[in-house]
Amino acid sequence: MNEQSIKKKIVVKDTTKVFGKNVKRAVQLLKEGKSKSDILKATGATVGVKNVTFDVNDGEIFVIMGLSGSGKSTLVRMLNRLIDPTVGQILLDGEDIVQMSKEQLREVRRKKIGMVFQNFALFPHKTIVENTEYGLEIQGVPKDQRRIKAIESLKLVGLAGYEDQYPNQLSGGMQQRVGLARALANDPDILLMDEAFSALDPLIRKDMQNELLQLHSDMGKTFIFITHDLDEALRIGDRIALMKDGEIVQIGTPEEILMSPSNEYVERFVEDVDLAKVLTARHIMKKADTIQVDRGPRVALRLMKQLGISSIYVVDKSNRLMGAVTAQDAVAASETDKSLEDVIISNLPMITPDTVLTELFDVVSTASIPVAVISEDQKLLGIIIRGVLIGALSGDNQFINNDGIIEPADQTNSEVV
Amino acid sequence: MNELLPRLPFADWIDSGVDWLVSTFGSVLDGIADVLGGVVEGAVTVLDMVPSILLAIIFALLAYFISTRKIALFTLVGLLFIDYLGYWYPMLQMLALVLTSVFLAVVIGIPIGIWGSQKASVRKVVNPLLDLMQTMPAFVYLIPAIFFFNIGVVPGVVASVIFAMPPTIRLTMLGIEQVPKDLIEATEAFGSTTGQRLLKIQIPLAKPTIMAGVNQSIMLALSMVVIASMVGAPGLGEEVYRSVTQLKTGVGVETGVSIVIVAIILDRITQQAGTRKKKIGGKLS
Repeated sequence: MNEQSIKKKIVVKDTTKVFGKNVKRAVQLLKEGKSKSDILKATGATVGVKNVTFDVNDGEIFVIMGLSGSGKSTLVRMLNRLIDPTVGQILLDGEDIVQMSKEQLREVRRKKIGMVFQNFALFPHKTIVENTEYGLEIQGVPKDQRRIKAIESLKLVGLAGYEDQYPNQLSGGMQQRVGLARALANDPDILLMDEAFSALDPLIRKDMQNELLQLHSDMGKTFIFITHDLDEALRIGDRIALMKDGEIVQIGTPEEILMSPSNEYVERFVEDVDLAKVLTARHIMKKADTIQVDRGPRVALRLMKQLGISSIYVVDKSNRLMGAVTAQDAVAASETDKSLEDVIISNLPMITPDTVLTELFDVVSTASIPVAVISEDQKLLGIIIRGVLIGALSGDNQFINNDGIIEPADQTNSEVV
Repeated sequence: MNELLPRLPFADWIDSGVDWLVSTFGSVLDGIADVLGGVVEGAVTVLDMVPSILLAIIFALLAYFISTRKIALFTLVGLLFIDYLGYWYPMLQMLALVLTSVFLAVVIGIPIGIWGSQKASVRKVVNPLLDLMQTMPAFVYLIPAIFFFNIGVVPGVVASVIFAMPPTIRLTMLGIEQVPKDLIEATEAFGSTTGQRLLKIQIPLAKPTIMAGVNQSIMLALSMVVIASMVGAPGLGEEVYRSVTQLKTGVGVETGVSIVIVAIILDRITQQAGTRKKKIGGKLS
């Protein structure tokens, strides 16, 4: 992520959209710092998007979120100029699309930017496969070639076999898959998704979100996702831009938005968010005390006494988790001259760092020792301590790791366990 | 009022305008008249070469494939009934006149409708003209039409075209404008040209509405046949007109009913043509 984030896919600079008649006067008033409602009163013009500046990194999911009327749909339509900005610059791979001719713009729309719409916008008189290949059809791709790509694209969204149906024969969720397949068939760099899942019911929406994340990690395209649903934004966004009255009030990662709202509006917006669904094990894990397996039980006992804990994690030389030893077992081992390996408890509760807190409750509540957080190659990353879990849920910042820095386990907390 | 303001000689102006047109474009107008007259007469000749029973069966089959079995049966019985009454040839003359007029109304009307749907400025000119064409008493078209094209079937065709064209234009514009905005956005977002947007999305989706316009145009053209017969257009209309002048109620009813039968057949067949595509789409499920 860090290497990629250097490359900016889209850069939007001081872009404004004014709807209505006295556009010039309205822009002038905007420069003077007048508010949206003042301008409406003075000129009758509506400010849709007000002086926004942001950039989108290559390969990220950038969510633009706001309530209805906040200008998010207008903003996303300016990115492919379905709506022309009144003033401003929109650089796509360094080229200003605002200055492009009709032909250049058409080329960008055909090759670089795909779009998925809230109400699917499928063509009712075309079959699913005809819908999917539409983008290629208008580029003049030969029929058999575009059909192959369209079928591939439909397979990608799990709709193989539906090629010859008509849109009205499909459920909403399936229709939106077609919308997605249609956008993907052109193989664009950027996918604009305007409230793409808002018309779907909650369960289907969640499935689609998961599939979108899967697609995103498979294809590495840049997604710009519009939503009014904060949970959705937090779930799928690498970064989120929060809009209000045509302005961007905060841009940041989901954690930044949740943990340090930039103003009262954002704070009010995020106060009802269920932290347990957003924070993951990575955010609350603490550094674990470990002992290498080739040390004896006596060393383990001494370490536990020093730290004031009743059990300790055992790792091999490359920090791979092997299990844990309790103080009792260590005492018994040292008396009978056994090695640590003989008394190790190996069926420990283990989780991955991406597990959200809601899925942690069960494991943490039944475990007799802190739950271990391990990486894919079995390395011990940290542990989850009950007190920290509860503290994090209450929104207390001191229990949440910022930027993945793991603090050592708190002595008092580990004693409780 | 008349004492305060001088009476402007509108009528004189228009008369001299028509005279000027006739004298300037006389040969062009004669050419048009020859072509139109030839087309109508040719159509009558061709239709008349087919035996009436066979033609009735052909029309019934056409109705069966486009529309329902009920309409097909009605077509067969209705046409044979007209033949039985002895109005077969006038019916063919009327049919040729109506179909020629509608063909011209559609060929001119749909492009104007498409043009109007794309440009607000065109709409601003076309809409009031359409109002004028529809509200002006149809007889008024006949007078200059006689000057331009003499007496006979041609002024009848011209007057019918003018009278029948507005619904096709209006409903073409309406149909294209009614294509949902998000579909237009989708075509734009994928980089369609204006032509691609029109041909691949807007016109196909507007087709049922456009066909409703064509259907209306056919009905209006049919309603013109009696009026057209006043300038000498032959056909069932002529029979009706004659029965009116001679106060023959029986003949009037017979010919009137014949026109109604043809009207119903044309109406049902063209109504179905507009919705046909959807039925096929549904059947695939």
